[in-house]
Amino acid sequence: MANTGVLVERLAEAIGRAATRLPEDVVRALESARAAERSARAAAQLDAILENVRIASDEGVPLCQDTGIQTFFVEAGVGSPFLADLRGWIGEAVVRATEETPLRPNTVHPLTGANPGDNSGVGMPVIHWDLVDGEDLRITILPKGGGSENMSALKMLPPGVGIAGIKKAIVDHVIACGGKPCPPTVLGIGIGGGADAAMKLGKHALLRPVGSAHPDDRVAALEEELLELVNETGVGAMGVGGDTSCLAVHVEIAHRHPASLPLGILVQCWADRRAAVLIAADGTLEVV
Amino acid sequence: MEREIRLPISEEEARALRVEDILYLTGTLFTARDEAHHRMLEAHRLGEAIPFRPDEMALFHCGPVVRRAEEGWEVVAAGPTTSVRMELFEDDFLRAFGTRIVIGKGGMGERTQAALEETGAVYVHYTGGAGALAAKRIVAVSDVHWLEELGMPEAAWIFAVERFGPLLVTMDSAGGNLYRELEPTIARNRDAIFARIDEAHGG
Repeated sequence: MANTGVLVERLAEAIGRAATRLPEDVVRALESARAAERSARAAAQLDAILENVRIASDEGVPLCQDTGIQTFFVEAGVGSPFLADLRGWIGEAVVRATEETPLRPNTVHPLTGANPGDNSGVGMPVIHWDLVDGEDLRITILPKGGGSENMSALKMLPPGVGIAGIKKAIVDHVIACGGKPCPPTVLGIGIGGGADAAMKLGKHALLRPVGSAHPDDRVAALEEELLELVNETGVGAMGVGGDTSCLAVHVEIAHRHPASLPLGILVQCWADRRAAVLIAADGTLEVV
Repeated sequence: MEREIRLPISEEEARALRVEDILYLTGTLFTARDEAHHRMLEAHRLGEAIPFRPDEMALFHCGPVVRRAEEGWEVVAAGPTTSVRMELFEDDFLRAFGTRIVIGKGGMGERTQAALEETGAVYVHYTGGAGALAAKRIVAVSDVHWLEELGMPEAAWIFAVERFGPLLVTMDSAGGNLYRELEPTIARNRDAIFARIDEAHGG
């Protein structure tokens, strides 16, 4: 039987880890960007970012004061005995992590602006569910900051613009964003599906490790080309002009209506924070 | 050029700062996001006193994570927030309060640029997301205003800082504006990228 108290505690720790430690793949990508940077202004930004990453990790403090909206992606094994409990556990873990990490109280009522002070609230935290075979619950935590989320966009393109139109829309978007989403960013691109599906695909694309290629070769080739194109814009780290505007472009696709070409552009800041845990049917939790 | 700045600074000193200068500030900052700007402008309109000296401090666009310490408060993370949200009222704010250094990220618009030129002030860019690094340079939380009313991120926090930076001047009082200067280069890059896309797609 699961020890609920321990599980909530371990989940809260994982949320704290996501806020304080940047995944290795992101650190490596930032280091490569720094090594390749030719603009002194952008290099100074990347140096400050890397020093900040070290301080946060050494001292166990949040990387960024915007600890984000806590967003969870659950691959829920239909055989798990905890399907009905998980939402409650996640909610409790967020409140606990807000106190212990600490996280900034970021949830405000959309009409009154009232802040409950513990990152709870209507529809909070955000949880996306995917039902899968098996008995495990795999939970990925994505704390999403406001500055980058404000730069996410849905474009309902006329299908006639084709792949060239998609590429141009993404390049234009990176230019329009400038320094606002804290580049170098990671772009999660959703193509097809419909308005809601394109945005959800784009957000799922952000869960992949930076630099991982899509299993479909055609999609992987598009990812590689898009990364090259957006880095030729010259926007650079923090928008001060430089060689690396994006660390990675991840694309996910779905079939579309013949009359629609939905393009979801989900923007993640350089602090591409993620953590994942797995809760087995025996009630044990491991960090994955 | 790298400059050590000790706050407060005079109008003359602020007017000598130029785009590309890198500043390290020692002195006092106050944080203000949308709500604190509104609160202060409203007080100014009503002729009420502000409980601190915004003209002697630098303004920091920041909603920090702060926790109770044994005595007072401790800053956990305090990087800059996106400045352009404050574009709606920053020009009025600069004219009302005479603040000489505005710290934020992402740059601001034409209205703020005009107010910087008129009042003699600069906008400086701090690395977005560098919340832990910033917290290291904040040596004390001297005070906080409107905490109950506005909440932790929106309250006006008064921070004593030592060598707070590096801060890159991106908008100055002589009309210098790094963002505007970058525009033609980025526009040329865009044309080249689009030509390449068209070529690949037989356009």
